[in-house]
Amino acid sequence: MNPMVIAQDVHKSFGSNHVLRGISLEVERGEVMCLVGPSGSGKSTFLRCINHLEKINSGRITVDETLIGYRENAGKLYELKAREAAAQRVGIGMVFQRFNLFPHMTALENVTTGMIRVQGINTSDAITEGKTLLARVGLAEKLDHYPAHLSGGQQQRVAIARSLAMRPKLMLFDEPTSALDPELVGEVLDVMKELASTGMTMIVVTHEMGFAREVADSLVFMDGGVVVESGKPADLLSNPQEARTQSFLSKVL
Amino acid sequence: MQSTNQEPIKAVPLRHPIRWAVALLLVLSALAFVVDAAHRSAYDWKAFTKYLFDPRVIKAAGVTLALTGLSMLIAIFLGVALAIMRRSPNPIFRTVSWIFIWAFRGTPVYVQLVFWGLLSTIYHSFFIGIPDIHFNNLYLGFHQTISQNFSLFWLAVIGLSLNEAAYMAEIVRAGLLSVDAGQEEAATSLGMSWWATMRHIVIPQAMRIIIPPTGNEIVSMLKTTSLVTAIPLVTDLYARTRDISTETYNPIPLLLVASAWYLFFTTLLMIVQYFVEKRFARGHSALIGVQS
Repeated sequence: MNPMVIAQDVHKSFGSNHVLRGISLEVERGEVMCLVGPSGSGKSTFLRCINHLEKINSGRITVDETLIGYRENAGKLYELKAREAAAQRVGIGMVFQRFNLFPHMTALENVTTGMIRVQGINTSDAITEGKTLLARVGLAEKLDHYPAHLSGGQQQRVAIARSLAMRPKLMLFDEPTSALDPELVGEVLDVMKELASTGMTMIVVTHEMGFAREVADSLVFMDGGVVVESGKPADLLSNPQEARTQSFLSKVL
Repeated sequence: MQSTNQEPIKAVPLRHPIRWAVALLLVLSALAFVVDAAHRSAYDWKAFTKYLFDPRVIKAAGVTLALTGLSMLIAIFLGVALAIMRRSPNPIFRTVSWIFIWAFRGTPVYVQLVFWGLLSTIYHSFFIGIPDIHFNNLYLGFHQTISQNFSLFWLAVIGLSLNEAAYMAEIVRAGLLSVDAGQEEAATSLGMSWWATMRHIVIPQAMRIIIPPTGNEIVSMLKTTSLVTAIPLVTDLYARTRDISTETYNPIPLLLVASAWYLFFTTLLMIVQYFVEKRFARGHSALIGVQS
C-alpha cells in the first residue's frame, strides 16, 4: 500500500516571507508522526497545507493517493473548485491549538453539525453517533454543555470528537495541548493515545516530547522551513546528529 | 473545621434615606404633571379619545407600519449583501459596495426622499431590452412609464430602504468582523462549503452583535417614516393626523394621537427584541467557570 501522505518539495511563501523551503516526507498508513521544532519553523503552516487551508506555491501533496487542491490532467494542473476542495477536507480531520469550537452550539451539536450539514446524515442517527463519540473522549456527561461551560481540556476533547465524526482517514493536530493549563494536558494526550492505538494515521505538531517518545512512530525536526532531521523518536531524542536538533532538544528536554 | 449548620448573618441592612426622598419627589412631580395635564384644555383629551381609534388614523398607522416593515426588510437583505460584498476578494464587488455606502450614507434621507419624489420628472420612462428593435409592433424588451407604475408608497419604500441599507451594511460588517477567523477555519476543515459556513457558523454568531443595533434601526425607521411627506406621500401616521388637525384647528390632541401610536409600536418592538436577543445569546449567557 502507498503511504497515506506524500509531500514532495513543498514550498510556501506569505508575501516575501518564504516559510516552507522544500518539505519532502512520507507518512505511512497507521503511522503517528510528531513534528517538532522552534516557533516559526513552518510546522503549523505545513500542517495547514495538507488540508489546503493554505495554498502551496510549488511541490505537491497527496493524501490517500489524491492530489490536494488540484486536479491533474495530461500533465497540467487545474485548481479545484471550492466544492471539490471541501470534499477533500472531509477525509482529513484537524484539531486546532485554540480548539475553535462553535460557541453557539452545545458539545453534542458541535459534534453532529458536520455529519448533518456536510454528510447529510439524518439528525437522529447523527445524535446517536455524536453521543458515542463524546463517550469515547470521556464526555458522556457533558452533551448539553456549551463550550463556555467546559474546561480547556474538555473543549479540546470535544474538538477531537467533532473531527472524528467525519470518519477521517487522517488526523492533523496543530499544537493541541499548547493552550491548556498544565494539569489538563494529560486528559487530551490520553484521548490521542487511544486514537493512535486504533490505527489512525496522525500528524501531530507538538512540544510534548514525552508524548512523542511514547506514542509516535516517527519524529521530524523542522527548522527554518526545512526538515533538519527525522527518525525513530527514541533515536532522535537520545542521539540527535545535527547541531540545530541538539541545540533545540537541549532547551526543551 | 467547618460547622455544618452555620447561622446566617443577622445584621441591620444599610439604609438609603436620600434614595427614598428623591424617589418620593419624582413621584410627586410626575403626579402633579399628570393631574395638571388631565385638566389642561389645550390637550383636549376628548378629541384625543375621539381620534385615537378613528378609522383614518388606524389606516395611517397601518401605512406607517408597512413602510417600516418593508423598508427594513429590504434594507436588511441589501445590507447583508453589501457587507458580504465588502469582504469579497472581487474588487468590483468591493468598489460597488463602497460607493453605494458612500452615496447613501453621505446625504440626508430627507433630500434623498425629495429626489425619489422627482424621479418621474428626471426620468420619464425606462426601458430594458435592445433599443429600437421591433417585431410586428412587439417591443423586444420591457418598457414602462415611471409616473404610471410607481406609486408614491413604493417610491417611499425604495427611498427609505436604500438609505437604511447603507447603515445596515456597516452594522452587518461589524458583526461579521467580530467572529473569530478560527471559526471559519474549523468549519472549512469539516468540509463545509463557504455558504454553509456563513449560514450555520459565522452569521449565527454575528447575529449577537448585529441584533441590538438593528433593533435600534427599526425603531429609528418607524420614526423616519414621518419624513415621507418629502416624496410627498401623505397617507402615513404623522401626515394623516396633521391633515385631520388642519380641518379641526386642533393640532395638539392629534399630535398626542400620533405619539401614542408611535410609542405603542416601539414598545412592541422592544419586547420582540428582548426575546430575539435571548435566542441568539446561546452559549454566552452564563458565567464561565462551571467546570467539573
